[in-house]
Amino acid sequence: MITRRRLLLLLPAAAIAYPYVLMGTPEAAPNYDRAKHWWGMLLQVDKCIGCGNCVRACSAENNVPEGYYRTWVERYHVTGGPEEPPNVDSPEGGIKGFPPSPYTGGKNFFVPKMCNHCVDSPCTQVCPVGATLHTPDGVVLVDDKYCLGCRYCIQACPYGCRFLNPVKRTAEKCSLCYHRITKGLTTACCENCPTGARQLADLKNPDDPIHEFLRTHSVQVLKPHLATGAKAYYHDLDGSVR
Amino acid sequence: MTYFSLAQEVAQQPSGGLHGVSLATFKDAEHIVRLAVASAIVLVIFLLVRAHFIPKSFGQYGHYRGDALAELSAKPIHYAGHQACEQCHPDVLDVKKMGKHAGVNCEGCHGPLATHADDPGSVTPVLPDTKVLCARCHEENLAKPKSFPQVVTAEHSGGEACKTCHQPHSPLLAPGEKTKS
Repeated sequence: MITRRRLLLLLPAAAIAYPYVLMGTPEAAPNYDRAKHWWGMLLQVDKCIGCGNCVRACSAENNVPEGYYRTWVERYHVTGGPEEPPNVDSPEGGIKGFPPSPYTGGKNFFVPKMCNHCVDSPCTQVCPVGATLHTPDGVVLVDDKYCLGCRYCIQACPYGCRFLNPVKRTAEKCSLCYHRITKGLTTACCENCPTGARQLADLKNPDDPIHEFLRTHSVQVLKPHLATGAKAYYHDLDGSVR
Repeated sequence: MTYFSLAQEVAQQPSGGLHGVSLATFKDAEHIVRLAVASAIVLVIFLLVRAHFIPKSFGQYGHYRGDALAELSAKPIHYAGHQACEQCHPDVLDVKKMGKHAGVNCEGCHGPLATHADDPGSVTPVLPDTKVLCARCHEENLAKPKSFPQVVTAEHSGGEACKTCHQPHSPLLAPGEKTKS
């Protein structure tokens, strides 16, 4: 039985709690076991059509500020041998697709780029406060509550995958859609790639088709000489791509 | 009792020093005790401040805040995923899986619709304009793989919406007919 005095005390408490009840708590993936996954990605250059769906999806999913890209697409035009630098363009990261190519002849292809989620990531090593982290399931993330915005990591990334968020003033990068993959969904870019050029890969899951693909296809990572342990595996990658 | 008088007392005790050497044997021994007490106070303050500022979960998985993982996992999603779409729209799935767009997921064309999947009644998606939408993938470009179907839209349709002839969910035309009913 609630007395009048008790009710009067409870009312303001309920008033304070009500906005939090309305807000709800986001689902925090209770059934996800970090020890059972090891994430990477397969990117098939021969399937990429440069539509920009991945860039748009990434921007929408992760509220990426305009003019900045967590993933982007580059267009290559290669005429000469390995010594000759290729012509590369990526207008607005490819978010609006690509205009017709001004070139004729040579090798022409699109290369989707993103964080390589390196095992020995240079960006994690240089962070002075432990804001860039390597999760037990193989994803490199930024703890934006802890990041100072010192930009060491942005300089350290050999793939140019990081930027400083102009609003939050913290480092930002591809999170491999950690909020999606821990809920059993694929990343926004993979979900929206119309040709299957991007495929999320769980290297600890024996049923993942990535294992069969790696056994039967030629696969390369970007800048292998840096020994970063990159886990973005590229199929049909031309030697001119850096 | 002040620290200084305490220090003096300790210094004057014959057994107070290391290896049996009394502190009193040092000249001005109370300085050492005073320094030790001051250092201990600074150390205790440092440890208290450190314990206060370093998050409990720091070091749980590595040199970072362990709670950050749960926080980052808890961010809201914007793309519901094709599995969510297919639960309510199996008819579209049936059309789509027979055609060339079987591998193209719903939100790739229709946009992020997690809000619609959560509350289909109040959030209704806008139908995409096929003139713009289809060209994103199928406009001719030298860098696209040769096997990918491409057209110069200006010549192919002359500004007509693609869905006048093609059914976007299964776009291939049978000879001499429209797929869209």
